[in-house]
Amino acid sequence: MADYQTQISCRDLRLGYEGRTVTEGLTFEVNRGDYLCVVGENGAGKSTLIKALLGLNPPLSGEIAFPGGLKAAAIGYLPQHNAVQKDFPASVKEIVLSGCLGKGGFQPFYTREQKALAERQMERLGITEIKSRCYRELSGGQRQRVLLARALCATEEILLLDEPVAGLDPKVTKEMYEIIDSLNKSGVTVIMVSHDISAAVRYASHILHLGPTPLFFGPKSSYVKTDIGKMFTDYAGGDDK
Amino acid sequence: MSETLTQIWQNLQNIFAQLSTLYIPPEEIPAKLSMFQYPFVQRALIAGLLIALCSSLLGVTLVLKRFSFIGDGLSHVAFGAMTVATVVGLTNEMILVLPVTVLTAVLLLKTGKNRKIMGDASLAMLSVGALGLGYFIMNKLSTSANVSGDVCSTLFGSTSILTLSKFDMWLCVAMSMIVITVFVLFYNKIFSVTFDPDFASATGTRANAYNTLTAVITAVIIVLAMNLVGSLLISALVVFPALSAMRVFRSFKSVVVCSAAISVSSAAAGIIASIFIGTPVGSTIVVAQILMFVIFSIIGKIKSKG
Ligand SMILES: Nc1ncnc2c1ncn2[C@@H]1O[C@H](COP(=O)(O)OP(=O)(O)OP(=O)(O)O)[C@@H](O)[C@H]1O
Ligand SMILES: [Mg+2]
Repeated sequence: MADYQTQISCRDLRLGYEGRTVTEGLTFEVNRGDYLCVVGENGAGKSTLIKALLGLNPPLSGEIAFPGGLKAAAIGYLPQHNAVQKDFPASVKEIVLSGCLGKGGFQPFYTREQKALAERQMERLGITEIKSRCYRELSGGQRQRVLLARALCATEEILLLDEPVAGLDPKVTKEMYEIIDSLNKSGVTVIMVSHDISAAVRYASHILHLGPTPLFFGPKSSYVKTDIGKMFTDYAGGDDK
Repeated sequence: MSETLTQIWQNLQNIFAQLSTLYIPPEEIPAKLSMFQYPFVQRALIAGLLIALCSSLLGVTLVLKRFSFIGDGLSHVAFGAMTVATVVGLTNEMILVLPVTVLTAVLLLKTGKNRKIMGDASLAMLSVGALGLGYFIMNKLSTSANVSGDVCSTLFGSTSILTLSKFDMWLCVAMSMIVITVFVLFYNKIFSVTFDPDFASATGTRANAYNTLTAVITAVIIVLAMNLVGSLLISALVVFPALSAMRVFRSFKSVVVCSAAISVSSAAAGIIASIFIGTPVGSTIVVAQILMFVIFSIIGKIKSKG
């Protein structure tokens, strides 16, 4: 967190599909070591923003810049309700290893370093014991850890997490948040989509509140003072305490 | 009433009499085995096993991507192209059939992503359209004396695998080698793109390029496989081994290896059995695949209980 180098800078983005606008007027920056939490209602365009940052769905207008020279291969991504099919036969190890692929161009087999990296990330997330298990037989929390380990194999720079705690029980949710928090403390920039505003306010350094036009962007200390921030934090605070 | 019953009884007896021809008396076995010294039988075996291997390697990806239907559509297009090639009088039909099928595959995949244009129904339309048109052309314009025989053998591959020329066989061998090499070299990427295309392209793997690659290889294999099982039965080669393997195995690698083993062994069993009992090669292989599927389903059930 030492140098406040800008990693992502978005200027006046308009996002949508096939010309239909979902959200517009989006301007924000993400600096190295930030923990940005993206909140907003269902359909506000949170996943759309993540996809735009990943280059999967280019913005209708506006500009996304990576001043620090961030490359696609340096982005780790955790998809929302994993698009993965129920019957896919894949072991935990195979999935985690596949995170290493973006780096080298043409490379038919995994190198020893990549295997070691995958082992390290599995260790870090406590899934070493289940590494030969089949992904589809895991619980929701275990699955999220596997996908997080895969994302970490892709990068240690910046993680885009789309609702990493959706569908997890309170205990596992807390564990997940703590894992993400410790990753952030170790220097990984985190951009997380969440509906859990109380957690967002507790862990994040910055908040982006999406609507048809952005409702808020800034450090969380000013977010809790705004009307919208108050409204949501009071509401969320109710069931938290 | 009782007349109908006697009739049915007699028919059943006939069926059993037919089934008994499946039995080979031991003294005939050496004669049958001597078949294998003929070059055309050897060629059929080599080509057949390689085609089975390739289609099963690809089958796993196609099944998991929900692309099984593309194989079916392509094989019908290949049939249409084949009839045109026959009518035009090309000596080597591959020259026309291969490019047409590959092109269709690429186009299908390009538009397939945009569901609004190319839905389920339009694919069905394309596939049935090609089939109908092919049959029409065959019937109306063919100069051959035995049109229905030709159609039947293109659709079900009755004997064409046993009539492969040396050139055809080497073409098969070369194509299979290319397919196998590509598959091995890109195995990890293929896994990644199949499992989660969004993640793959987000982290810098060119998912679209791999999808196109898969489509082209699929088209090549389908054209080759037409020789072995005919265009109607190709989907069996693609789908059965993958589904059987998935009953028992739980990791991608083991499923791929197992489905290759299943496919090769059922193709071998099918070809050999068809020589012994004189049945069409294609359908015999499919029967072998079905048996394998049943066996693996049972093993899977037992395994998940135990
Ligand atoms: N592939 C798509 N094609 C067309 N429109 C889409 C597509 N994906 C999403 N949309 C539309 O874009 C809008 C924003 O969707 P998005 O998935 O970004 O919402 P979200 O904020 O992530 O919501 P949630 O909280 O439910 O995940 C929605 O109105 C949705 O209907
Ligand atoms: Mg979303």
